[in-house]
Amino acid sequence: MSTDPQAADQPASAYDLSHETEVENLATFALLVDNEAGVLHRVVGLFAARGYNIESLTVAETDRRAHTSRITVVTRGAPHVLDQIEAQLEKVVSVRRVHNVTRDPNGVERELALVKVRGTGAERVEALRVGEIFRARVIDTTAESFVFELTGAPGKIDSFVELMRPLGLVELSRTGVLSIERGATGM
Amino acid sequence: MPSQKTLTPTNTTATQEMTGAEMVVRALVDQGVEVMFGYPGGAVLPIYDALFQDNAAHGDRLRHILVRHEQGAAHAAEGYARSTGRPGVVLVTSGPGATNAITGIVDALMDSIPMVVLTGQVPTHLIGTDAFQEADTVGITRACTKHNYLVKDVRDLPRIIHEAFHIATSGRPGPVLIDIPKDVQFAKGTYAGPGEVVHAHAYNPRTKGDPAKIAEAVRLIANAKRPIFYTGGGVINAGPAASERLREFAALTGAPVTSTLMGLGAFPAADPAWLGMLGMHGTFEANHAMHDCDVMICVGARFDDRVTGRLDAFSPGSKKIHIDIDASSINKNIRVDVGIVGDAGSVLDDMVAAWKAGGHTANREALGDWWRSIDHWRARQCLRYGHSDSVIKPQYAIERLYALTRDRDVYITTEVGQHQMWAAQFYRFQEPNRWMTSGGLGTMGYGLPAAVGVQLAHPDSLVIDIAGEASVQMTMQEISTAVQYRLPIKIFILNNEWMGMVRQWQELLHGQRYSHSYSESLPDFVKLAEAYGAVGIRADTPAELDAKIIEMIDSPHPVIFDCRVEKNENCLPMIPSGKAHNEMILPEEGDDLGAVIDEAGRRLV
Repeated sequence: MSTDPQAADQPASAYDLSHETEVENLATFALLVDNEAGVLHRVVGLFAARGYNIESLTVAETDRRAHTSRITVVTRGAPHVLDQIEAQLEKVVSVRRVHNVTRDPNGVERELALVKVRGTGAERVEALRVGEIFRARVIDTTAESFVFELTGAPGKIDSFVELMRPLGLVELSRTGVLSIERGATGM
Repeated sequence: MPSQKTLTPTNTTATQEMTGAEMVVRALVDQGVEVMFGYPGGAVLPIYDALFQDNAAHGDRLRHILVRHEQGAAHAAEGYARSTGRPGVVLVTSGPGATNAITGIVDALMDSIPMVVLTGQVPTHLIGTDAFQEADTVGITRACTKHNYLVKDVRDLPRIIHEAFHIATSGRPGPVLIDIPKDVQFAKGTYAGPGEVVHAHAYNPRTKGDPAKIAEAVRLIANAKRPIFYTGGGVINAGPAASERLREFAALTGAPVTSTLMGLGAFPAADPAWLGMLGMHGTFEANHAMHDCDVMICVGARFDDRVTGRLDAFSPGSKKIHIDIDASSINKNIRVDVGIVGDAGSVLDDMVAAWKAGGHTANREALGDWWRSIDHWRARQCLRYGHSDSVIKPQYAIERLYALTRDRDVYITTEVGQHQMWAAQFYRFQEPNRWMTSGGLGTMGYGLPAAVGVQLAHPDSLVIDIAGEASVQMTMQEISTAVQYRLPIKIFILNNEWMGMVRQWQELLHGQRYSHSYSESLPDFVKLAEAYGAVGIRADTPAELDAKIIEMIDSPHPVIFDCRVEKNENCLPMIPSGKAHNEMILPEEGDDLGAVIDEAGRRLV
């Protein structure tokens, strides 16, 4: 093995046999894309072909007149891998803009979750009380269940889910992360 | 914001009513296409009909070359593009027509070859019904094109074709595919010329390098004691002017120049500053200079694994400058100190200007030491091989081919394998666009159809496919195309009866267990040539080789040359798998190469 200090900076590859443990970070990319057939496949296919992870994915048309959609992808990787993902996304002809929300101090990330909890008695009361603390809305109720609607940063939803689990969590549905920048300017 | 057209309109009064099929032909003519390669079928018949009528009305202003297999069409288009700098155009039918073309499309993607592929598709109302010869062509090719389109409305067709040419030829070039359902080919609409359409995509690649980074790079180079240029196919793609500028800048800096397989010819092999190709089968001097340099100037290359060898020991002491038109190539495999996104030609222009404006001069004293090191490496004569009076050595065959063709107007294509590496080592290129080979994808069967494309673009030049007997059989049928169009291509087969590179790796890495790498049954290539209507020549001994090569060159017909060479020759020097540039194996050490490669190296490709 080389002992040169620079060698430690080199990214992993087929030839870097050890694949030393690198710190992987979550990152959220917001993409503005041309809303045309197959555009989602181009983005997802890029991630699959190059072996990048997708932690969550949301997509919807955001400007009908300009035929543009916004895709929000949460991925995971070492810093140089995240740089490479950004550069690869920018190469896609149908992608108009790529924004690394996680690296932007003005980036805001939110997620919506629908959480079904089943229980009676003290557990049911406790579930309702936790829901109030998290400012979740109850959108359906039966004698033995609630459906909560909750928005927030992904971490907040994770905490809520963990608290609900012992109280009778039945089902969870999450939208995946959405993002926007604080301030007056658009993407 | 949609980008505006940049191409100059060839006809300002182009707007008129016509069918989709007529639009295709018209758009190709307006894009300046003179030759296309294709194969008809049910789903493209309207386009072939429009082509027939256009040829009848306007002479052969748009020539169609009928290949024998769609893969041949794609490789021929690549050869045409690589040797001219213009986009190659392919026209094939739906289903198998499209799938057969895919190897050539991926090849063009990997080697950044501008190509526009038109595929027929079943009528729109049948898409998704598993109709006859239906394939999800845009789905299949999304991952292997720079961009692709399914045309669902004839009104979009002119815009899409013109945009496709723009995308294929600008930025980092690549293949763009347009899938056209049969009903869209029949539908009538209004044609618009290249200057009249508005592009739908915000595609606008950056070609001009960042001046601050260019200034930083020039400062680094001016202070270098052991600089080296490592250049690639990006210099060729940037046009002949980029090669001129590379030569000028190399002379100003006094730095040696090495190149990837794809970049051969950008810098003249006759120049004393030329070190030969680098990488796995590159020269000892090029690889050692890369390892020991203090400033590396990478121009239009991408730190491919065949070039770098073991990454954690790649040129450990150097500052690295990387010029590439593709931002994703920078810091992909190797972290660099100065990354400049831009066209190789434009950035080299700016660097030469900055060098002159800054009054920089090369450090002649330090360079003197550097060149003495290089001369020491050169003295190892890494390309020497054992001569024989009885058997033709493959290296000798290429040396003689070069000696007998060097003063001619010659273009070389290759297949993939040992012969390809020997061609890269022993054939000396002085100009860009003269060397067509499958680098990234490594496609056996590339060279013969590529030669067809090159010969069409350069009808009076000598076009030679340096081939192996295994590779050439993958697309052998295209010799029939060469005969049909009277293209006097020369297929120079180094016939050792083995898949030579596979045999070499099995010898070195798999205990000499030659699993399925020997051709137990080969055609008689001389008779095969004659069966196709071409000329067959065989050479068995070194003594007769020159006369036979001259006979081949002098023939006005396509020739298949069966050059029977030493069967067990290994391609050396070689950086063994998992080793660094300064751990190269020279020919005299080649006998126990298997012992040099460790267990981890064996697992690599």
